Amino acid sequence: MPRLPLPRTDARLGVVASPALAAPRRRRGRFNPTPALMLLPAVLTLLAVGIYPLIQAVNTSFKLYQINKPRQGTPYVGLDNYQTVLGDGFFWRSLLRTGQLFLYTVPLQVVLGVGIALLLGATRWRGLALVSRVLLVLPIATTPTVVGLVGRLVYDQEFGVLNWTLGLVGLGPVSWVGSATAAMFTIALTDTWQWTPFVALVALAGLTAVPPDIVEASKLDTDRWWDTFRHVQLPFLLPGLTAVLIIRTADILKLFDMVFVLTRGGPGVSTEFVSVYIQRVGFRIFDLGIASAQGVLLLVLCIVLSRVYITLFYREIEA
Amino acid sequence: MSTQTLGSARPALPARTAATTRARRGGVGALLQLLALLLLILFLVLPIYWMVATSLKTTGQTFAIPPRFLFQPTLSHYREIFSEGAVPRSLVNSLVVALASTVAAVVLGTPAAYALARFDFRGKADLWFWFISNRFISPIVVALPFFLLARDLDLLNSRLVLVLVYLTFNVPLVVWLSTDQFRLVPREVDDAALVDGAGPWRTFFQINLPLATPGIAVAAILCFVFSWNEFLFSLVLTREQTRTAPVEASNFMTDFGTRWGPMMATGTLIVLPVLIFAAFASRHLVRGLTMGAVK
Repeated sequence: MPRLPLPRTDARLGVVASPALAAPRRRRGRFNPTPALMLLPAVLTLLAVGIYPLIQAVNTSFKLYQINKPRQGTPYVGLDNYQTVLGDGFFWRSLLRTGQLFLYTVPLQVVLGVGIALLLGATRWRGLALVSRVLLVLPIATTPTVVGLVGRLVYDQEFGVLNWTLGLVGLGPVSWVGSATAAMFTIALTDTWQWTPFVALVALAGLTAVPPDIVEASKLDTDRWWDTFRHVQLPFLLPGLTAVLIIRTADILKLFDMVFVLTRGGPGVSTEFVSVYIQRVGFRIFDLGIASAQGVLLLVLCIVLSRVYITLFYREIEA
Repeated sequence: MSTQTLGSARPALPARTAATTRARRGGVGALLQLLALLLLILFLVLPIYWMVATSLKTTGQTFAIPPRFLFQPTLSHYREIFSEGAVPRSLVNSLVVALASTVAAVVLGTPAAYALARFDFRGKADLWFWFISNRFISPIVVALPFFLLARDLDLLNSRLVLVLVYLTFNVPLVVWLSTDQFRLVPREVDDAALVDGAGPWRTFFQINLPLATPGIAVAAILCFVFSWNEFLFSLVLTREQTRTAPVEASNFMTDFGTRWGPMMATGTLIVLPVLIFAAFASRHLVRGLTMGAVK
């Protein structure tokens, strides 16, 4: 059997490709029951709670399954549900909206996050930088549901503290979730509050890996910070930022809690992202058949994206 | 790389650079930096402060214009939610579910992680991909069939369903993070144990597990935090008696109005323990969120 190529462990980049694969080989050829037994509990559990429900979802997606109409039963209807979903403008628009949100938030969060990391790394105000470094964890750890609830409080049109602050400089009052455009902006703003610190922490970890003397040397060569950033620091940041891109893609496809609490997908369907829409079809319209078909399509999208991303990210394995 | 502990959570900030010295010279630049830092801190802290402050205000003060930044705090909203009973019950539910799922994930996940770190076998790469791809699956996809299963088994009002469904993200998390940790245990330790006649299981339990404890503790904390923060599964899989705290908190918004004080008091009770955990494990929070890709 050909040996799997060992992944290059690129310490410089601070990213280890697939730690599991880096284990040295031993005992080729003879079946060794020990690792199989050690893996069995976790694998069986994940099969039971992860894979079996997915199989059930695929099964349900071929049925007429409206739980508020129990008398019609749950007959198989072939591909009818998929036909309905693929022709459903709301479904496509919810996907499009999810893509839009990604474009509104992630590039901005990356730029802001890297900016914050550079500021914290280079500022002369060491004490304040350390305090900020600790406080960056606050938004990330805050329960997303609570973020949505606090959003309701802060964005309130009449007594919200944000409109009062804007009033001080003669702006507003703004109806933060009153119109389609505003609600989309508000969701993007809230997501940015919660996840920019995440990018900043990842970028800080990357900057920490840059040997200080290389930065010093580059400062002797050039006076423009951009050159130092582009040629010395950015290469150390890229692996982390790739990870950020992957995680944020997955998270925006999953995004539910904060939006559900803050806008319920409204006004109208203006902030109904794909997970929120599927939840409405499944648990407020109670059409489990259609919702399962939508879920299966979303799952396919997630799997394709994850394969693409993992292949890019851990490309050493495929090489 | 040394064994990570909670205490060493914060990485050193990048060392002082030429930019530092330059900033010290330029007065305007330094002032701008100061301004940016203060703005950042306000941006991070104000929403949380506003939540805690609102939970300690009277209802009248909540609606006051201009908003009250300083006021005489009162615990009346906390007394209110504790005398009503739903919030404390939901906090207990959250605690029980998060703890049970965390313990189960550690018990199930650590042997698997050890096997991935130490042994070589066919299909290992595929298994690794499978574990890692769980991070991408949207919870709503899992929630739909789980709802039907739980309904058919008459488990819709039980905490067991939540414990099980939280394993879908907790087991992969424990596996990813502890595989890293087991790899840090030198192989010589294993070989020495083998020479002394210890079998692979004894080597795992008595030697590797204690040595990997700091990393496993971090994985456990992250499992707890993610379970504690979860909303969607609890929303669709539980009823009044088994609701977790985030769902209970959102129930203060009704068609007849929102009870801001009790809602913010509940929010504070949910978030504070997580923030304390996170402050200790801040660096590992990032590690957990990126599946160990960013150290």
